Amino acid sequence: MSAFDLDPATLAAFVAMGVATYATRLAGLLLVRHIPTTGRFKAALEAVPPAVLMAVIAPMAIATGWAETIAAAITAIAATKLPLFVVVVIGVVSVVALRMVLG
Amino acid sequence: MQKHINGPDEPRVEFTAGIIKALPIILATAPFGLLLGAIAAQKGLSLLEIGLMSTLVFAGSAQFVAIDVWSAPAPWLALGFSALLINLRHVLMGASIAPKLGLFPRALKPFAMYFLVDELWALAEARAARAPLTPAFYFGMGLVFIVGWNTWSLLGGVIGPVLGDPAAIGFDFAFTALFIVLIVSFWKGPQTGVVLIASAGTAALVHAHVEGAWYILAGAFAGMIAAAITWRADDGEATNAEQPDWSADTPGPRLEVAPEHATERRS
Repeated sequence: MSAFDLDPATLAAFVAMGVATYATRLAGLLLVRHIPTTGRFKAALEAVPPAVLMAVIAPMAIATGWAETIAAAITAIAATKLPLFVVVVIGVVSVVALRMVLG
Repeated sequence: MQKHINGPDEPRVEFTAGIIKALPIILATAPFGLLLGAIAAQKGLSLLEIGLMSTLVFAGSAQFVAIDVWSAPAPWLALGFSALLINLRHVLMGASIAPKLGLFPRALKPFAMYFLVDELWALAEARAARAPLTPAFYFGMGLVFIVGWNTWSLLGGVIGPVLGDPAAIGFDFAFTALFIVLIVSFWKGPQTGVVLIASAGTAALVHAHVEGAWYILAGAFAGMIAAAITWRADDGEATNAEQPDWSADTPGPRLEVAPEHATERRS
């Protein structure tokens, strides 16, 4: 595979994602007077990033096996105290160890 | 660093000031960009595709999600929808920064919105709270962010293939670990716990029964509904003062708007 390969479906996906992302940023500028920025609406919007991140990892973290679930719990505890790199290393090391022990 | 007390300087000075302001922040995003590029390369994306992604999409969380669920051929509709949903918060950020673009020529405002990633938004708000936000300062920051983000992800793309089979060394879990770090950075109290439980349960259920990336949308909607249901009037006012928390896309020492929150997180 060359460094300059470009798959049409991949390009289509990035264009779709780019248009969607830019639309959200432009919408704020255009709709500034019409958007409720308080109350339930704001609470729901603020919940989106953690909810999406949780949804993405849910199959791996809670529906793959005990090794992954326990490693996810260890990672979560580490994440409250330690910097990113250390947490990722702890997560990866614990999943490898737990897979050897439990798998 | 305190030269803006008397209002905007000339454009060249402002441009340089923007660059200097953004540099430490973009350095802090290095681990994320490197990891993103590395895993994208391992999933078969070329360097050109990685660069196109970081330039066209230019949104950390949406890119992480896309690469995590990546399959070929790319499911563009599901990925577009998930990017839309993940970045909905930018509507609020755009609305909040819009009244502070008074010094921007009308034609430049839509262009400025392209650069509005979480961290740049937080820096722009911090600047606007102190002195008028100039286009030169803003675009100086924007230049650093777009160049820096591409640099990290491309560098990751070069390093990624050298690391070998992701599952064999547990590297397939690196994204899960990274996402857990991000989730913790969004934690605001028990309500966040309710959001996470609703999202995780729904996503796992949908993932088991529906093919494709739709479980992400299902989990996200479940989380949003949970947040709307558990919202109470007094909480709403309390979180109003914490607008910088929207910028928690990637953890790092960038929340200068609310340093007490930043140190709380880091400690």
